[in-house]
Amino acid sequence: MGRAKTIARRTFLIGSAAIAGGVAFGAYTVARPIPNPLLDRIGEGEAALTPFVIITGDGITLIVPRADIGQGIESLQAHLIAEELDIDPHSATLDPGQPHAAYHNSALAADGVPFPHYHDGAIARIARAGAAAGARVMGLQFTGGSTSTADLHVALRQAGANARETLKQAAANRTGLTRSDLRTNDGAVILPDDTRIPYTDLAADAAAIDLIEDVPLRMPAQWRLLGKPVQRTDSVAKSTGAMTYGIDVRLPDMLFATIRRNPGIGGAVLSVDDTAARAMAGVRAVVPVSGGIGVIADNTWRAFNAAQAVTVTWGAPDYPATSAEMWRVLEGAGTRANRNSRLRNDGKVDDALAQSQVLSAQYRAPFLAHAALEPLSATVLYTPQRLEIWTATQVPAVLRDKAAELAGLPRDAVTLHLLHAGGSFGRRLDIDYVLPAIELAMIVPGTPVQTTLTREEDMTHDFPRPMHLARMRGAVQDGRVRAFDMDAISPSVVDSWFGRIMFAPPGPDALIVLGAYDQPFAIPNYRVTGYKAPPLVPVGSWRAPGACANTFFHDCFLDELIHAAGADPLEERLRLITHAESRRVLEAVGEMSGWSGPQLGQGRGRGVAYAYAHGVPIAAVVDVAMTDAGIRIERAWIAGECGTVYDPVNAEAQVTGSFLWGLGHAMDAELTYEDHAPVQTNFDRFRGLQMYQTPRLEVRLLGQADHVRGLGEPATCAAAPALGNAIFAATGTRLREMPFSKGMQFA
Amino acid sequence: MQLQVNGTTHYLDVEGDMPLLWVLRDVLNITGPKYGCGIAQCGACTVHVGGEAVRSCQLPVSDVWGDVTTIEGLAAGGTLHPVQAAWIAHQVAQCGYCQSGQIMQAIDLLARNPAPSDADIDDAMSGNLCRCATYPRIRAAIHDAAATMQEG
Repeated sequence: MGRAKTIARRTFLIGSAAIAGGVAFGAYTVARPIPNPLLDRIGEGEAALTPFVIITGDGITLIVPRADIGQGIESLQAHLIAEELDIDPHSATLDPGQPHAAYHNSALAADGVPFPHYHDGAIARIARAGAAAGARVMGLQFTGGSTSTADLHVALRQAGANARETLKQAAANRTGLTRSDLRTNDGAVILPDDTRIPYTDLAADAAAIDLIEDVPLRMPAQWRLLGKPVQRTDSVAKSTGAMTYGIDVRLPDMLFATIRRNPGIGGAVLSVDDTAARAMAGVRAVVPVSGGIGVIADNTWRAFNAAQAVTVTWGAPDYPATSAEMWRVLEGAGTRANRNSRLRNDGKVDDALAQSQVLSAQYRAPFLAHAALEPLSATVLYTPQRLEIWTATQVPAVLRDKAAELAGLPRDAVTLHLLHAGGSFGRRLDIDYVLPAIELAMIVPGTPVQTTLTREEDMTHDFPRPMHLARMRGAVQDGRVRAFDMDAISPSVVDSWFGRIMFAPPGPDALIVLGAYDQPFAIPNYRVTGYKAPPLVPVGSWRAPGACANTFFHDCFLDELIHAAGADPLEERLRLITHAESRRVLEAVGEMSGWSGPQLGQGRGRGVAYAYAHGVPIAAVVDVAMTDAGIRIERAWIAGECGTVYDPVNAEAQVTGSFLWGLGHAMDAELTYEDHAPVQTNFDRFRGLQMYQTPRLEVRLLGQADHVRGLGEPATCAAAPALGNAIFAATGTRLREMPFSKGMQFA
Repeated sequence: MQLQVNGTTHYLDVEGDMPLLWVLRDVLNITGPKYGCGIAQCGACTVHVGGEAVRSCQLPVSDVWGDVTTIEGLAAGGTLHPVQAAWIAHQVAQCGYCQSGQIMQAIDLLARNPAPSDADIDDAMSGNLCRCATYPRIRAAIHDAAATMQEG
């Protein structure tokens, strides 16, 4: 019965995916070729070989459409093309391009269907294909979900290969040789007599012939860049102060601005007194913007000061004022009426719980800000004919469309200058920081205006990770975990975020249970139910959304059950997992750490955790020690499986960074609310990890799987549970609420 | 008001209480030092004044007591500072936004302590936040730079 219901629920979802995808648009619309957007921007004698490669007499430009928010994807995109094109990626101009359907993200859409990645049945495949078709038709150019590499790795290598063979054909036509007689090396076609014809000399010839397509890709053994330690394309600029982030844009005659919006998001502006602000030095304008006021001045500091000098009376928003009230809403939200999904329902959970002594627990995760180190900003030049925007965004197509609408201009009158972000962690999936900057620029047509948020405004108006609550029940028998029942309760990130940038899609919100329903355990009686709580503060995607909280609940409660069963934490997880890749990462982390159980002697302890997130199984072991000053994290070992590792140096950085991100926030970070607004609005009260807290880490990526997945988020999910389990091993105290600093002091 | 930055003398007409950070960024267009918090809690704005690392977001320009060096002033003459070279070799940067401040802080540390231990590095660097958590590579790069500078 449970299974029939699950299938019925999923079938409904497939309907949604298919409507969003191919079916509603018709087969022709879905299959129709997407034109090459670069043909519109090149001149006479210049070649746009695929949507990713431009060759002119002056040089080579690679289009790298996924946004670099620190994860190194600019560099990897360039290396994927360069491997086949036979160029030095550091010699090319790298350009994110303008948003276009050619750069849509199929993988992100396909990941949105409510099936675990390892589930490859017919219905799952159809659902993914439908969602991917929808992304193609709607031109969803998103950077997120750790999908950039999974989505583009073949397309970019193929673009490089097709462009290379087309350049060879152009050289063949010019010399009278055949293409198979020619080689390529370092940006040139090489003739049999070793004469070099630089690609740049072949631009006009290549532009005049048809693109050669479907060129076979090189085998990994032939790679000279991929899979090898290479230099990121942005390392030098980021080590010399030369990188231009959004906040660093400097244009002639530019003015500087800031905004102050209602700290109660969505509340009204009841009254404004800007008399003092208008009289301040350098202030050019104090004007209303959506949700608050904006100040334009001749430098950012004066704009900040003037904005603070405006007296505003804010109206209350329509959500509870305090964290305590919000927790009460969540505690009461696990009702039948709010039941939103039951995507895991194996065995007979109710029977198993009725027959055994039940272990039960409640787990909690708090609101968390993204708090990227670069405060949000956008620079805008408006004229009645055109709109130019300099900023960093993960959703350029959405931004272009909304900006055009706001400015009353056609979409093609909007030019985006897409820049590296000084961090994002999901924050730049929203565009709320750009729209008021457009409003301000429209006050002074013809003059560029850079709008920068203060740190306090940035954090007050974050769209945080939601508070998340889990009710857990379970049972053990004969030394084994026999039943696991989890209710996850949270406001919907999908409704809130999609509602802001597009429209809230129909169907259950899988993020409420992501990182729980999709864990590949073969527990005989195993159920995960999602409850959609009423909206509280508007929320957003925070590194590994959904899973960043649920994997903590799921793995730590599993650890509780394993302890109750008297089993070894690593051995019992291995016994319960049939998924081969997941077994391998658990075995690997056991070997790396020399696992021989959670006890390390007086005052020390060891925790193992496992999480499946974004298609990547991750296992981690953490060692902690009690010191006079509190718990100290000594060491961590992390093993993961993402398939082919294209850039091993950066892959290690992503795993390390996302794991430490998970540790730091689990230890000591939260947003609490008073008067409808977060109390923590700067780094004096919200830090994440600091250097002195950073343990020694070792990372191993197995690289054996035949699929490719991304690494920006998954390791986040193993951090909190590994730490919680280690603290239990060292102290006997089970921490069920993040941040752990509520129940434990850290050194 | 006169301000010496990276070897160039600037004549300024600004309020004395304007923080050095904003003078550099918005008046002189020297954007390597970053705005992160405005309250000396993140270290992204770190520059050297008279050879000492300071948080420029909390230093009124009228209180600047010596020559100012920013990240842009390190590689004068086209040669990277050994700390910068180590940062590149270790590929420390992820988003990179904090790294100007990290590098300026690390150079200050090595000037006072040419062979720092991990604990010395933790003490000196823990006020510089890196939200990407590049801390393990920062440690490794500082050790490497220390070795290079001692050889040199």
